[in-house]
Amino acid sequence: MVSEEDVAHIAVISDVGVDASELKLFTGQFNAIFEYFDILDSVEGGTGEPVGQTNIFREDVVVQSLSQEEVLRNSTDPEDGFIRAPRVI
Amino acid sequence: MEKTFIFDRPDPCNAFIKICENITYGEGPLSGIPVGIKDNISTAGIETTCGSEILKGYIPPYNAHVITLLKSAGAAIVGKTNMDEFGMGTTTESSIFGPTKNPVDPTRAPGGSSGGSAAAVGSGLVRMALGTDTGGSVRCPASFCGIVGMKPTYGRVSRYGLIAYANSMEQIGPMAANVRDCALLYSVIAGYDPRDGTSIDKPAPAPVTPVIAGKKIGVPAEYFGEGVDPAVAETVTQAIEKLADLGAEIVPCTMPSMKYALASYYVTSMSEASSNLGRYDGVRYGTAPEMVQPWHEAFSAIRRAGFGEEVRRRILLGSFALSAGYQGKYYAKAQAARRMVRDDFARLFAEVDIIAGPTMPTVAFRLGEAADPLSMYLADILTVPANLAGIPAISVPCGEAHSLPVGLQLMGRHFAEDEILLPPLHTRRDQHDRHHRP
Repeated sequence: MVSEEDVAHIAVISDVGVDASELKLFTGQFNAIFEYFDILDSVEGGTGEPVGQTNIFREDVVVQSLSQEEVLRNSTDPEDGFIRAPRVI
Repeated sequence: MEKTFIFDRPDPCNAFIKICENITYGEGPLSGIPVGIKDNISTAGIETTCGSEILKGYIPPYNAHVITLLKSAGAAIVGKTNMDEFGMGTTTESSIFGPTKNPVDPTRAPGGSSGGSAAAVGSGLVRMALGTDTGGSVRCPASFCGIVGMKPTYGRVSRYGLIAYANSMEQIGPMAANVRDCALLYSVIAGYDPRDGTSIDKPAPAPVTPVIAGKKIGVPAEYFGEGVDPAVAETVTQAIEKLADLGAEIVPCTMPSMKYALASYYVTSMSEASSNLGRYDGVRYGTAPEMVQPWHEAFSAIRRAGFGEEVRRRILLGSFALSAGYQGKYYAKAQAARRMVRDDFARLFAEVDIIAGPTMPTVAFRLGEAADPLSMYLADILTVPANLAGIPAISVPCGEAHSLPVGLQLMGRHFAEDEILLPPLHTRRDQHDRHHRP
């Protein structure tokens, strides 16, 4: 059972804003959806470590890429060749 | 030598988000053919939004690999087609550019999420279009609009420049009014691209020579089970009987993993989406965040304003399914179920060449009819298995139910696209005649 507090917590850690009015709506919908997903409880397996996966490495190859100007073109108000982001501290 | 092209036809279905100016084209197998491009495929210098507020104004600095291939083949790229926001929908109603209408019946939705591409082809605005198919987003609108649409084998078409939703399942696919054009477009976009780590280096597909006689066609009982409109099931059954008349052997079969397929698909796709859509923070593209606010508050505000309800719902559900305490219950189990689906197909393809059933359980929904989210997800039940297994699947028009188009879905072995590119059993011309009969 998912509570409104659970949805609010997930919204905070996902950086997805949810209004108070949406919280009730989403909580009801999530409970119906997870109830449907519960059919997966009857699947055998899937509890151990993934198998059959191996890393495949290759030598790094330098190829031509986008210019700095092209990369920054869609950024609002870049500064001295850097993008700007909200303050962290 | 490059030629120019003016595209100024009216678009009453709202199939296009943007029509290109100064359209140019060159020589090649698609020379001068107008092609529409779904708006989640990057087009250098042409705004690409995924139907979302959060990408409004974004102009890709590079072309997707498929766009480079289309241009090399001489195609005239006429514009970007409408879609459900980030491909998350079955109706093409969640775009910020408004809903697309079904050209067969404008009171109906065209299906989704590649509804703009399907409507552009279905209304005759373009001869071909590209869509993308993560859980049926090419085949659903093809079925609802009475056209042909194919999801190629995973790894067959480069995803370089496709804006990601659920990487492990999505493929770019061709859409056209007939199988011949669909095959022609497919032959241009298929092929190896080292810039997509999942692209597979297989020889180019052979010319399409559909042969039905002697083929074994498996028909799983689950594709005609609960939730499938009996009128749709009847139309598809008749189409399969026509294939038998043409010399195919029909083999009844079962797919027990089908009961897990939809849950497996949605847990997987939402989990991947919750990670993929983390990149939309307004810093490198899109609306800029408020710089003086703390980091998380600024990003939450941007994403609240920029993402629609369904996109935020899927990000939250995916984050939940991956969170501590639930990862084993949902994501890990979904992967085990995915393996069961893949194993079921492998078992069936040891006995049959093609698996057939309806593409969608119903005909096109009425515009605005979209019910609660879970009911809408259930509409994908017949298309998601092919995405989970990575096999190719096509929807071809096969008749009507309730005077609306019905799609026959044909699924093939990995890389056997040539075996499922079979001619439709009922053409749009027939439908057109019926709907416009005096």
